[in-house]
Amino acid sequence: MAETAELPAARGALDAGERFRPYQMIFKAQLRAQMSYRMSFWIDVIGGVAISTMDLATVLVIFNVTSVLGGFGFRDAFFMSAIASLAFSGADLVVGSIDQLRLNIRTGQLDSMLVRPLRLLPQLVSADVELRRAGRILEGVVVLAVAAGIAHVPWSVASAVLIVLAPIAGSVLFSALFITTATVAFWWIDSGEFGNGFTYGGRDFTNYPMTVYGQVFRRMFAVGLGFAFVAYYPALTMLRRRDPLGLPPWTGWLSLVVASIACLVATTVWRVGVRHYRSTGS
Amino acid sequence: MLPSITATAARRFANRSHIPLQTFVVLAKTGFRRYSTYRQATLAGIFTNSVFGYLRCYVMLAVAAGGGGTVAGYGGAQLVSYVWVGQGMLATIGIWGDTELATRIRTGAVVSDLLRPVPPVTTYLATDLGRAGFALLTRFAAPVLVGALAFDLYVPSHGATYPLAAASIVLAVILSFGCRYVVNAAAYWLLDSRGPQIAWMLASSVLGGLYFPLRFLPGWLATGLWVATPFPSLLQTPLDVIAERVTGRAAAELVVLQLFWVVAMLAFAAAVQRRGERKLVVQGG
Repeated sequence: MAETAELPAARGALDAGERFRPYQMIFKAQLRAQMSYRMSFWIDVIGGVAISTMDLATVLVIFNVTSVLGGFGFRDAFFMSAIASLAFSGADLVVGSIDQLRLNIRTGQLDSMLVRPLRLLPQLVSADVELRRAGRILEGVVVLAVAAGIAHVPWSVASAVLIVLAPIAGSVLFSALFITTATVAFWWIDSGEFGNGFTYGGRDFTNYPMTVYGQVFRRMFAVGLGFAFVAYYPALTMLRRRDPLGLPPWTGWLSLVVASIACLVATTVWRVGVRHYRSTGS
Repeated sequence: MLPSITATAARRFANRSHIPLQTFVVLAKTGFRRYSTYRQATLAGIFTNSVFGYLRCYVMLAVAAGGGGTVAGYGGAQLVSYVWVGQGMLATIGIWGDTELATRIRTGAVVSDLLRPVPPVTTYLATDLGRAGFALLTRFAAPVLVGALAFDLYVPSHGATYPLAAASIVLAVILSFGCRYVVNAAAYWLLDSRGPQIAWMLASSVLGGLYFPLRFLPGWLATGLWVATPFPSLLQTPLDVIAERVTGRAAAELVVLQLFWVVAMLAFAAAVQRRGERKLVVQGG
């Protein structure tokens, strides 16, 4: 990119505003590019909204044939789905395209990113943010509000804070997972769909109460990867429901801790991955 | 600088709709070989299918438990079979197949397809059947095996189910090919076929029966989808036949309906191709 020539990064000490400017420029250029193909842009917006609608509609259809799912009725289960859906949409907007990393590695484009006086991950993220995915966020917020109404969440300051924090913490967790699974490409270029099992799989997993899953599988996904803290536990805390799996009622607040740990793991794995990177030479 | 070439010149050759079987078989073999080289991607795909198999299987078992053991006519084991065979079917019918043809139309590379003495629909069908053959041995077999080891998979009890299931799978592969060909061929008119691609992705998975068995929907809606759209014939029909949700005459009727959609879709694909060739302009230079 031509702008890199006059980046302030070369000039020693920087204030925070200046440090972010190059990424802002990349981000804005990306937005202009995406907006220039208007038709494609709107098709993608509508498509994205339709896809997340289907995930939520699936819950409706399932409750058409059963009244209980893993010990929960429709109202509670739909509330969990709504939190999970918004959390995933947030991560998808920011880092959903990071799985393109393996193409960057394969084609050798990563080399040109590494020689710039900018950090790699922010470069990738600012160049990959897809505005067309923003429609899903808007939809997610509306659906969550409706779901909270249907579920009769007992309102208090604590539940109002948590209903905002839970989707954000969930987004952070999903983002960390997107980054960690994309990092696999540093070791395994042909990893293909491998990461989808965890990212999109996680989206499906969090769509339902944790009680539906078998014990071993639940331990791996819900606890090992932290997915129980995206929607299930925050929803239980807000609804003041007892956890059939035996954890205390304040567990929902742990989602903040879990998200922080996930971030730590993702950055560590990312750093190791970048250090491991050997150009494909093409 | 290349002059712009219209495809009209190639139509003279493309009119030959009958090609020797030998050519077809050779093309299918190349498709098989091509996909058999993507070994690591195949492994990664099997892993992902299995993760989703576990996920959906537990959800469906919870649905069955919530519905008192049987929901919409499926018992627990039948739903297990529905989920795992469904995961195997995804890659076999290539539901989210590549956008190769659309890309070739956009870049103009499709012109070399048109210059061949074999009509493009036939070439692409042959290679896709080869691809499906490889997928059947790997991406179909492996998730079904995982499902059988981890859960109580429903084993069909009627002898007639096996040949019918085989026919249904083959028809689903060809139908999926036909649909994807039409979706890709939209690029003759739109250049960017992303809209049709997204619509196909949604319709095939939701209306095909991947998200939930269509029989979970109200009866009139499920029947309407089956008759009026090709989508249930992609996944729902083979899965219902294999899980023996339908047997005997009813099962055979569903497979005949599949056959109808296969014939209709291939004819439509050929028609779209003919019209598209008249529309195509390859920009040179």
